[in-house]
Amino acid sequence: MNPEFILRYFLHTIRNNVLNNKYSLNIYMIRPKKTTHIPVFSNRSNPVTGADALFLARLQFAFTVGFHIVFPAFSIGLAAFLAVLEGLWLKTDKQVYLDLFQYWLRAFSIVFGMGVVSGLVMSYEFGTNWAQFSQKAGPILGPLLGYEVMTAFFLEAGFLGIMLFGMNKVGKKLHFFATCVVSLGTLISMSWILSSNSWMQTPRGYAIEPGTGRFIPENWWAIVFNPSFPFRLTHMALAAFLSVAFVVGGVGAWHLLRAKRSGNQPTEAVKVMFSMAMWMAAIVGPLQILAGDAHGLNTLKYQPAKIAAMEGDWNSEGYAPELLFGIPDMENEVTNYKIAIPYVGSLILTHSLSGKVPGLKDYPKDQRAPSYVVFFSFRIMILLGVLMAATGLFSLWLRRKGALWTNPLLLRAALFLTPAGFIALLCGWVTTEVGRQPFTVYGLLRTTDSVSPVPGASIGFTLAAFVAVYFIVFASGIGILLRGFAEEPHQGETGPDAHHPQRAASMASAVSDTAAAGHTGSGE
Amino acid sequence: MDLATTGLTGAAYWLPIVWAVLAAAAIFIYIVLDGFDLGLGMLFLAEPDKKHRNIMIQTVAPVWDGNETWMIFGGAALYGVFPNAYATILPALYLPVLIMLFALILRGVGFEFRSRMHTEQTRNLWDIGFCLGSFVATFMQGIILGTLISGIKIENNAFAGSSFDWLAPFPLFCGLAVACGYALLGATWLIWRTESDLQATMRRWAGFLSLAMLGMIAAVSVWTPALHATYMQNWTTWPRILYVAPVPVAVITLALVMFQALRGKTSRRIPFFCALGWFFLAFSGLGINIWPYIVPPSMTIWQASAPPASQTFLLVGAAVLLPLILSYTAFAYHVFRGTVNEHSESYH
Repeated sequence: MNPEFILRYFLHTIRNNVLNNKYSLNIYMIRPKKTTHIPVFSNRSNPVTGADALFLARLQFAFTVGFHIVFPAFSIGLAAFLAVLEGLWLKTDKQVYLDLFQYWLRAFSIVFGMGVVSGLVMSYEFGTNWAQFSQKAGPILGPLLGYEVMTAFFLEAGFLGIMLFGMNKVGKKLHFFATCVVSLGTLISMSWILSSNSWMQTPRGYAIEPGTGRFIPENWWAIVFNPSFPFRLTHMALAAFLSVAFVVGGVGAWHLLRAKRSGNQPTEAVKVMFSMAMWMAAIVGPLQILAGDAHGLNTLKYQPAKIAAMEGDWNSEGYAPELLFGIPDMENEVTNYKIAIPYVGSLILTHSLSGKVPGLKDYPKDQRAPSYVVFFSFRIMILLGVLMAATGLFSLWLRRKGALWTNPLLLRAALFLTPAGFIALLCGWVTTEVGRQPFTVYGLLRTTDSVSPVPGASIGFTLAAFVAVYFIVFASGIGILLRGFAEEPHQGETGPDAHHPQRAASMASAVSDTAAAGHTGSGE
Repeated sequence: MDLATTGLTGAAYWLPIVWAVLAAAAIFIYIVLDGFDLGLGMLFLAEPDKKHRNIMIQTVAPVWDGNETWMIFGGAALYGVFPNAYATILPALYLPVLIMLFALILRGVGFEFRSRMHTEQTRNLWDIGFCLGSFVATFMQGIILGTLISGIKIENNAFAGSSFDWLAPFPLFCGLAVACGYALLGATWLIWRTESDLQATMRRWAGFLSLAMLGMIAAVSVWTPALHATYMQNWTTWPRILYVAPVPVAVITLALVMFQALRGKTSRRIPFFCALGWFFLAFSGLGINIWPYIVPPSMTIWQASAPPASQTFLLVGAAVLLPLILSYTAFAYHVFRGTVNEHSESYH
């Protein structure tokens, strides 16, 4: 450590802290001098990139991340569910938990695989599409991504093989350990990626290098634990758990409804699965609303312009109404066709009727996020979140009445809401990322100054290819998942299989296998 | 080299060197691990017997995820440690990189999907996807390598060439050479991990591919120095020639061992390690060629570097975590060791 570095670091910290306390942070970030630097790598003069190339680069990135994000979320929730199932099996020795474990493990192998291949794209797409951004923010975000790979991806991949195929190679205990490690890996991975995403929203701990415009790391602690990170992480983790709860619940509901229609008793496995999912919904659903509220307050503090766009508010005011519906018009600075509830806007955002909420007119036109996108994505997310929480609470009430597995309204609601968690998650993601516009690093680096010097034609071609490839791959994957879900969990369920597709049908071998899996020790 | 480093002292000088060595090691580990499973994919359709195909898949099913993770690590490390190189190479090689990624997607899901298909036709379709994906991904890796060696045009610290610079004879030839090399790794891996008929078939493939690879190593060795004057100097000036002279000798020695092992019926591992030996030699030869450039002919590892604060932060983690990663990866391989045949149950 040289003295100059320490001095600079102290000056920077003091400046940051003083400013943070004195003014609301956004004034510091959005307005003053720091927004107009970054001269060196700017390629606005480069003829090969234009508005079209930028638009295509954004579209492609959004398309690929949007597809990707669903699968890690699915893996995070499902890995935790699998660890719980295997733990319960080890503790109680009940066959039903092992059956459910194997049943969901088959889905996990598909979901995880799709997450890996679509994630591989992401680790290169920062460079292919956002070269200038990579050059400037790479010194900060690259190491975070590096840590994600080293602490999470390798961990997951290293133990995944044992989790999927190793049951009778390594013994029960070690296998359970592998399952837990994979689950832990998914959580660690989520933490790193949300830390870097949060840094782009609420950057801290950096200095900007004169001349190059690069972000230089000064305080890694401040970078990683930036102000929006804890809120975003909680919100995302709960979203992943809630999404998977509703997938599991939906599959359970489908089989309960089917059993009812054919006049059969539902199997133990189906009942257990549905019950576990509804417990999760009842607990996580309401928690998620609280977490979302806290995250919203955090956003209000650090990114009020985003809140204004989400709410479709143009004028900053107290006693603000909450809009249930409206169509924001960016050109004329007005929201049309409003349906409003008086005072509720202030109440939700500031927890007081008189609280002042931000308006888009507080910010220059070229610093406003497109309200017509985030206004709707935000509302769809809220609607689904409320429906999921309500379903969870409803299930609690029915559980007390002893009608959990039979109430048709609950079963239909659970079936209907199967994809709700994922849709809400995608809407939330659109809200936070589009709400960050027109910046990539909020208030500091514009999206137009982030793009790669790649011609629009190349991006257009690969975008078309992405659409085609993802359609084939994800349609097949989802088809396989749905076909798997259409079958009930059988007794003596087998997990993912390297090469025997229809083994589940062959009961004899399945049973003998499970027996072997249950009792074989380690080694070959 | 001295010109490029003027004024750099201490950490700013050493960190990029340490990271360059680490990055080279990571790329080599990637080749060692993913090379054979891509190669196995390329040989997939050459093996008409469905049972054999299942065995082939089964030798890599539990480990391929980890193998591919090294490629993600490569991307992330480049992004964090040499962001200027990351931001130059990827736009320059935009199309080959993305085509490689598409191919890796197809083959990656092929692993999972082919066994879940209910009809023969759809299953065959994913087999084709798996094989074709493996080939295209490999071919593109070779093209990326070839283009990089040929040099990338940079102005103002950003890529300034055209979208199709990679569509040239040398990169295309490198694409073929890498495909041939990975297929050889795949064949020799299967000699190690399988038995009887399948193993015998792979011995024949390995013999043929070894000859082809030797030819291609020779061709690239002659071709590369002709690309740039600095490359030529690395191989012809005294005393540098002393460092590189043993390389051809080692290649030929390995060839003798390889053919001996392929003819004998007992040695199962030696061919795989001979093939890796060739890769090591060719890889270090190329490293010597482009040193100290990371994006030849103009961006050195120092110019490409992130500030020392970034490189140090990641280096601390790498020093602790990479040995750990290698050891649990080795453990995973250990769990699934031994040969696979049609009687060995799948992993249950």
